[in-house]
This record gives sequence, C-alpha cells and structure tokens, in this order.
Amino acid sequence: MDEKELFKGYSEITLEVLKKFNALVWSDVDVSTNDGSFYSGIILPRSETADKLHLVVKMSTGYNIGIRAEKISNITVKGRKVANYKIPEKDFPYDKHKPRVKLFGTGGTIASRLDYRTGAVIPAFSPGELYGSVPELADYCNLETVKLYGVFSENMGPEQWIGTAKAIAAEIESGVQGIVIGHGTDTMHHTAAILSFMIQNSPVPIVMVGSQRSSDRPSSDAALNLIHSVKAAAESDIAEVQVCMFGPTSDMYGLLHRGTRVRKMHSSYRSTFRTLGDIPLAMINREKITPLRNDYHKRRSDKDFKLLPYFEERVGMVYYYPNMMPDMIDSMVEKGYKGIVIAGTGLGHVNKPLYPALKRAKEAGVAVYMTVQTLWGYVQMYVYETGREMMELGVVPTANMLPEVAYMKLCWALGQTSDLNEVKQIMLTPVNGEITEREPSNGYLVLQGGIPEVEEFISKYRK
Amino acid sequence: MAEYDFIFKPFEEMTPEDYARVGFKSGLEVHQQLLTEKKLFCHCPAGKYQSNYNAEILRHMRPTLSELGEYDGTALMEFKTKKDIIYRIHYDTVCTYEMDDTPPFIINDQALDIALEVGMLFNAYIVDELHIARKQYLDGSIPTGFQRTAITCVGGKIPYKDRFINLIQMSIEEDSCREVSDVGHKRIYITDRLGMPLIETVTYPEMKTPQEVAEVNNILRRLVRSTGKVRTGIGAGREDVNVSVTGGTRIEIKGVPNIKRIPLLTYNEAMRQWNLLRLRESLKEKGITPDTFSAEYKDVTKLLRKTHYSPIGNSVKNGGKVNCVIVKGFAGYLKWQTQTDTYFSKEISDRVRVIACLTTLPNIIHSDSRSENISSSEWHAIRKHLGCTSDDVAIVVWGADQDAETGAKEIIIRCKEATIGIPSETRQALRDGTNGFERILPGPERMYPDTDLPPVPITSERLLAIRNQMPEQIWKREERYTSMGVPADLVPDLAVSKFAQIFDFAVSELKINPKVAATAIIQYPKRLKRMGFRPVLTNEVFNTIFSALASNKILKEAIFYILLDFAKEGRIVEALFPRPCTNEEITGRINAELIVLKRIEMYNPDKKADLFLGMVMNELRGRADVNVVKKMIEEKLSGAN
Repeated sequence: MDEKELFKGYSEITLEVLKKFNALVWSDVDVSTNDGSFYSGIILPRSETADKLHLVVKMSTGYNIGIRAEKISNITVKGRKVANYKIPEKDFPYDKHKPRVKLFGTGGTIASRLDYRTGAVIPAFSPGELYGSVPELADYCNLETVKLYGVFSENMGPEQWIGTAKAIAAEIESGVQGIVIGHGTDTMHHTAAILSFMIQNSPVPIVMVGSQRSSDRPSSDAALNLIHSVKAAAESDIAEVQVCMFGPTSDMYGLLHRGTRVRKMHSSYRSTFRTLGDIPLAMINREKITPLRNDYHKRRSDKDFKLLPYFEERVGMVYYYPNMMPDMIDSMVEKGYKGIVIAGTGLGHVNKPLYPALKRAKEAGVAVYMTVQTLWGYVQMYVYETGREMMELGVVPTANMLPEVAYMKLCWALGQTSDLNEVKQIMLTPVNGEITEREPSNGYLVLQGGIPEVEEFISKYRK
Repeated sequence: MAEYDFIFKPFEEMTPEDYARVGFKSGLEVHQQLLTEKKLFCHCPAGKYQSNYNAEILRHMRPTLSELGEYDGTALMEFKTKKDIIYRIHYDTVCTYEMDDTPPFIINDQALDIALEVGMLFNAYIVDELHIARKQYLDGSIPTGFQRTAITCVGGKIPYKDRFINLIQMSIEEDSCREVSDVGHKRIYITDRLGMPLIETVTYPEMKTPQEVAEVNNILRRLVRSTGKVRTGIGAGREDVNVSVTGGTRIEIKGVPNIKRIPLLTYNEAMRQWNLLRLRESLKEKGITPDTFSAEYKDVTKLLRKTHYSPIGNSVKNGGKVNCVIVKGFAGYLKWQTQTDTYFSKEISDRVRVIACLTTLPNIIHSDSRSENISSSEWHAIRKHLGCTSDDVAIVVWGADQDAETGAKEIIIRCKEATIGIPSETRQALRDGTNGFERILPGPERMYPDTDLPPVPITSERLLAIRNQMPEQIWKREERYTSMGVPADLVPDLAVSKFAQIFDFAVSELKINPKVAATAIIQYPKRLKRMGFRPVLTNEVFNTIFSALASNKILKEAIFYILLDFAKEGRIVEALFPRPCTNEEITGRINAELIVLKRIEMYNPDKKADLFLGMVMNELRGRADVNVVKKMIEEKLSGAN
C-alpha cells in the first residue's frame, strides 16, 4: 500500500510525528504528550481540508479528539484495525412474480458511506447493499442496479444527461417495468426536465429520487424515498419522468411530481420539492399510490417511445436584477452563446439600458427567451409597453415555463436546430406540461405562517 | 455456591464491608445544563419551557452503520420496536434545526467556554481540537437520531475524603427532548429542551458504597455550580449512575433526578446483579447452562378463545394472538427475588413492554404466579399442548400478531440471558428506589463523526482568557473560608455562591468581618425565603450594603432589615438605610417596651432578658448594636429589680 494511504490525510508535522513512531492510520496506540496528558485509541485518517497540526484519535468510548502533534512525546503502537466500512450485503431475493426494476445511480446520498479524506459522505450502492440496509425494497420488485456516474448533483452535465437518457432507452427496450434514478437533490429538477425532453412517450415510469438527510443518519429520508420510488417504478400507472420525494417533512407520504414542473424550494427541508403552478401527479406511501389528477401518461406495454438526446452547451441563463448593465448580455453574445434565458422581474421585465444589448443579441442570431423569477405565474409581455418593446427586440415569452426548465429546453432545442423559428416552435410546444394552458388556483399555494387559519391547519395536520 | 453465599440485607443494615464483599463499584455520569442565552447548535433561546405546541412532526428511526462499519446493539433493538415518534414543536423554542430540517450552525462559543472552564476546575486536560460526534439514540429522543456531542477534556480529579476520585472525561452536548408519553407503538416528545447545551462529567467507578456515590455527586454538582454559569432547578442537573458487582456487568441507571435517591437506587441495582448471579449459579447446579438451555413457544390463541381473563380475552376479541413460551427447568425461577419486592418475572415483563411495545400491564402471566388469571383448566390445556412438565415454566404473552411474536421471542432471549449473567442494559430509575429495563446498553459502535461540522481547534489564547476569570476551586475556597472564621454551616453554601467574589471583596478590601459578610450573603436570603420572600439579589445590592457598613453609615444589625426592605420594595436606596441611633433613643425604646414586658406572663422567668432584648431589637430595626442594647437592658432590669 502506498504511503499516502498508510498516513491518509496527514502531512507536514503530523506526518513527521506519525512516521517517527511508525504509527499508521488505524493503529491502536497509546499517545503521551509533554503536558502530561495521555490518550489511548485508534489513529483515524484526517480530513484533507482540516489543518495540518492535529492528530485524530478515536478513543475507546467512541469519541474522537484532536491532539496537537508538536506536543506528542511518544506513541506506542499496540495493534492495528482497519475499519471495514461496509453496508451488510445480502443477496437481493428474486421473485418471478415481481416486476423488474432498474435503479440507475448518478451520485447523491440516497445510499452513502463516509469518506475519511474529506470527512464527507460518498455514495455507494449495489442491490445487495441496498437490500442489506432497506430490505423492504424486495417487497415490490426484483431490483437491478447500475452505477452510471458517481458525481454530486451540481456536477451533472450534458454528458451525464445524454448518457442517462440513452441508458434509460436501452432499459425500456429490454422490457424493464420501471426505472429509478438516484440523484443528488440540488439539480434533480434540471435532470428531471431534460430527461422529460430527451425521453418522450415512455411506456414505463421513470422515477427520480434522492434524499435531503444522508442515509448515514437514523432520521434519513433516504430509505423511505427509495421505498416510495421503487414502488412507483414497479407498480405505478404513471409512465412519465417524475420526481419522488417527501410530501411533508414527516415520515408520512411521498409526492410524485411531473418532471417539468418540479423545483427544489428549500436548501435543507425534507419536503423541499414542490410542483409549481400546478398540482403533483400523485401521493405515494408504502401501501398505495393515490393519483391527484388523471391527465397523466398511462403505463403501456409497447415500446413506442422517442429518444431525443440533443444538447447545445452554449446556452446561458441570466437572473435579472435592477442595475444590470448591458455588458452582461453583450459578453454572452460576444462569446458565441446561441441562446439566453432571462429570469425577468414581475411579468417578465428587464430595465431599459439592456434593450440595446438585446437588440445586438437579436442581430447576432442569439435565441433569447423570457421567464419569470417569481416562479409562479405567466410571462405576460403585452401588459406594459416595455414588454412589447422587448418582444420587438426578439425576446420570446415562455408562458409559465419554470426558468430552469426553459433553460434545459432551450439547450435541448438548440441541440436539434439553429433555425430560430424552429427553435421557437420547439420551445413553445409543450412536451409534457412545462407550459400549461391554464393555472389552477391551487397551483399557487405558499401558506403564510402566523395567520390564524393557516396555524389552525398546521396544528391539525402533521407538517 | 460459596462465592455467592452472601445474601443482601435490608438497605439500612448494609455495611461498607458488605458492599466490599459483593465488590460494589459505581461511577457517575453527571449532566449539567449550561446557563447560556441560546442553544448549542442553533440560535433558539435556551431554558424556555412550555408544554403547549403549534405543530407535530412524525418520524421513524432506522439504524445506520458506525464509523467502524458495525451496527450498534441498541440501534437494532430500537428498530425492532418500530415506533411512531411524534415531536411537538412550538415556534418560540424550536427552529428547523431541531426538527432536523436544517444543518447545524457552528457551536455556541459561550457554551464551549463554560465547558472548558469547568474542565479547568477539574484540573483536567483540555483537548487541543474538539471533534463533534454523533451519538446515536434511536429511541427518538433527538429527531436527528443522534446527539451532537464532543469531548472537551479528559482526566482530572476531585478530592474526596482521604483520596481522589478520578474523572474519565467531560463532554459538551445538546440536550434531548422531554418524553410526553410512550404507549404501544407511539411515543410523543416535546421539543423545547432539545438542543440546550449541557456538559456530561464521567468519573471512574471508584465509589465503593451507595453513600459515597451520592457524596461525590454532590461535590461534582457544587463545583460546576460554583462557576455561576450553569442552570439550576428541576431537570437542570441529572445523573446516570453506573453500578457493578463482582462478576456482574456495568449497568447504567438513567435519569436520576435527585441525588438523595442515589443510595437506594444503587443498593437495589447491586442487589439485582448479585441475585441474578445467584440465579445463574442455581440454574448451573440444575444443569441449565447456555448450551443446555431449552425453550420454545407456540400459538395458543385457540385454547384461550373463551377465557374469562379479560386482558387476554379482550385482546383475542380484537384479533390479537396469544403465545405461550415454555422454558425447560425454569419452574419457580420467575419468583426469584431480584430487587426489593421485585422478582425475575419483572425482568421479562420489562423486556416485553419495551421491545414488543406491549405497554399495558400485565403483559405476561406465568405458571409460577399464584395470582388470579386464566383458569386452571386453561393452564392445564396450555401445558399439555406444549408438553410442559412440573419442572418447566409456562409464560403467556398476548397482543397484536407481530407484537405477540416479538414478545415470545424476547421472553426466550431474556430467560437464556439468565444462564449467562447480567445483560448489558441501561435501566430506568423508578420512584420506589428500584429500577426497570430501558434499553440495551449502547456501545462505542454508536459513535459517528459529525460530517456537518469541522473540528474546532482550542487555542491557548482562548484558554488563557477563561483561566483569568475562573473562580477558585470549591475545596480551596472552603479551606480559606474556614480559616477566616466563617461559621462552618455557612462555608459549603458560600463556596458555591455566585456572590463569593463580593464576599472576598468585602472582607479583603472593605475589611468587613467574614462572619458578618457570610451571614448577609448566605443566611439572610434563607431567612427571607422562610418569610415568603424571594428577592432577586444582585452584586449591586451587597456592594451598597457592605460599603455603607464599611463607612460606618449603618450597623451590621441593619443588614437584615435592608434586605427585607429590598425584598418588599424591589429597590435599594442608601438614603433610606436605618441610621445608628443615639443612646437616648435606645433608652426611650427600652422604657417603652418595658411597659409591654410587664404585661407578659413568663413561664420561664430566666428567659426574660432574652425576650426583652429581642423585643427591643425588633423595634429598633437594626439601628443599634446588639451588645450595647444588651448591656443597657441588663442595667435597666437589674436596676428595676
């Protein structure tokens, strides 16, 4: 084994001290120091982002402490026990009466283990490991897993999206009854959107899932989300790209959200995913799936789906703010961007000084689309003069498409054609609910805390 | 069984030699809440309690792997119990952090400073770098499923009798929820206390009798209180007590609310272990060992369908199931005494209650019991069905299908453990001084580094700043006060008083008599309390009084009356302090009181002078020196005679 592994995470003075006493990480040691203190325990690897001055020892009580290396006078090595961090693996049972479900892993913490170098959790999974930690999965299906990628969700990009879409297509071809995609939650809605465009008319459910509390903790939402998503993939009649995550923060039920209308709305809550401008597809718990609407794509036995794995990378998004300078737009145009999505204020506005820049974008043949940073509601550029002026400058309103969805769709559209009329045609023709003709009034519900009737509701139902 | 031929005597009759005979050993884990404005890892207010709530959250707990890749025994047990855990939250005391919907904020520096200060008072070694760990608690008492905790120091010792009690370590950690109820598969918690900072001090098991445990606990308690930076009152200080006897196991008695209850609790636990060891020896003599142990269970629902015994009858009517366990050769052993008025059957019943969630008692009946339950013909049918001889014991458990199943399995597990020794458990302190099963004792496997927070280096500058304002250790203070002539009954309280610094200032700078200052700080507030007053005394109050005394503006006799006025009025005004009066005024008062005195019939005329002195002093309200008045009264009375 190389030295880096044997003294994992240590450098400078700490490394010198460890080498001096021939103490490798995972050694069972007695440490004496100049101030008279004495410690007994196991030397742990150190996080690489931590300082270079301390040695980490796990004491027999299970607690870790840091000892300043410069005061260490002696280390006696008594033995060595390398941690075998492993989720107990058990063969996933096969039941010929159960549907075949494929779980694709892309990263995230739906299943995870600890990484000593960074002190963070890293993803790990196999059917056996999943069965070992969430045995309930076998109640629903015969599970197969493939690890497509091992990236945090912020590192998902075109390569991973196209690869995932193709992998899904191959599985549908092979007759799988449902697909689950484990994904980090930060950009899950971006991936859900692009997959909704790349895989159209799927005959089987394609369910994206993640967790907000990593699965290395007892209160994690990972197990329940995984159970829900596997049930949805195995049994649900809803054959769409969807996101399956906690409904309330309580361990009660999950929601199935349409991939083009879902968004992460809180940085850490379990119930972070919400359908915006519409209602979710269904509620789900261990026992049943309760559709909340009936206009979804039904499960079919054919394989008449479309794979459209197109993507143009030179597309940008601008979150407009007052005082924005035109060079923000100009720079993208100059750098050869082919499309820009603007998240405008209110009904879809930007300030007047930007107009010349928008004009230059139009002249350069850049596709510019307008969404609203209010997230809820339609772009309406006829109401005010300014909106009309902008449309004349070539800015295309995208109705009630969510900004991130419009962004993914523009990448996808420009990946297919550079004819701006065709792009517009693609952009404004809904694939699966990213633009809706009408917004139901219960599609906008951000309950305001403190108001008596809302408090009454909260006190009556678990959050 | 020569080794185990000692029989426990009643509590009052046990001698230190008796405890030495059984190898009694006990250590303490003392929890003390810190007096901070905010909680440990978020910015919610600390110390605000309320039982009403705005909302509820439902969670379940699943076991996870430890850092070394092992599952913890307790964790698996709690998972077996499959509880719905409900948290009641109030917006004023809980934010999304305690709900486990927001990652932790950095550790509260005020709390950490207090913890480090206490560590220094213990002469312990402060760690160079603080590592925050997650200690798993799957009982749901913390919504994350773990407690954030970190070692602040190791080692340290406190003087006790002619020796030292050594400390293992001290940690800083967040407090847990308060349990509201735990019935069947539903446990309810209120979250106000959750997240408050506390320290846990762990001693080595160096206490040799139950009384020693209580005494050492008192010293630890008083030492932390001497900082003036910890919370007091109900629940602010709680202790877990570890007890073992020779051949036994370290058993943790949890949540002891009052130090006075420690002796009886530890006595009973030592007795329990000792008697369980004697039980094991008796079984061994009968040839029952872990290898030969034999037990099985069967579904006997059909046999008890028509029973008149309502706990079982009602359960069966509701679709429940009845299982009967036969334990070979165990006849009579369920009546084996374990603690005061407590028998081995309780060990089994406790396990069934906790693990199988069969919380309505009785939850088992057995053939060793003579109390009324199912009919003798029903017992007969069951015993026949299972092939139970007179040498065996039959134990019946009932409830919902899965619970009756878990219950039967757990009965077998507990009976088999009797052939091995004392199972590692945490046990709950009960009101009558005995204890009951709480859960399997968790091991180091439940520790896990907190990946949400980086390690915190403890700098020498930080330690120096703390050391510079740290109080003197109480044992040193006590020595000093005694040598100064502070009355012995005031010394212990003064040593932990938050006004100890004022006392030192008054004595050394203002040259106030130590006895006078100590009486003012310790004795008078107690007297006021007895009179029904609870004034919020401050440094300023005592400073004003002592300054007035030092400049002879008042007499020492006036102090109590000033405090009494303060208790009534809530303010201290030097201009209104009782000024010393002239001898003429005293004579006038003596003459006035003499008229009253003459009307009083005395049972004991010898006390007349004392009574008269009291009457006069009371009227003078601290404006005269007691010795002067006494002398004048003596003259007056002798003159009168």
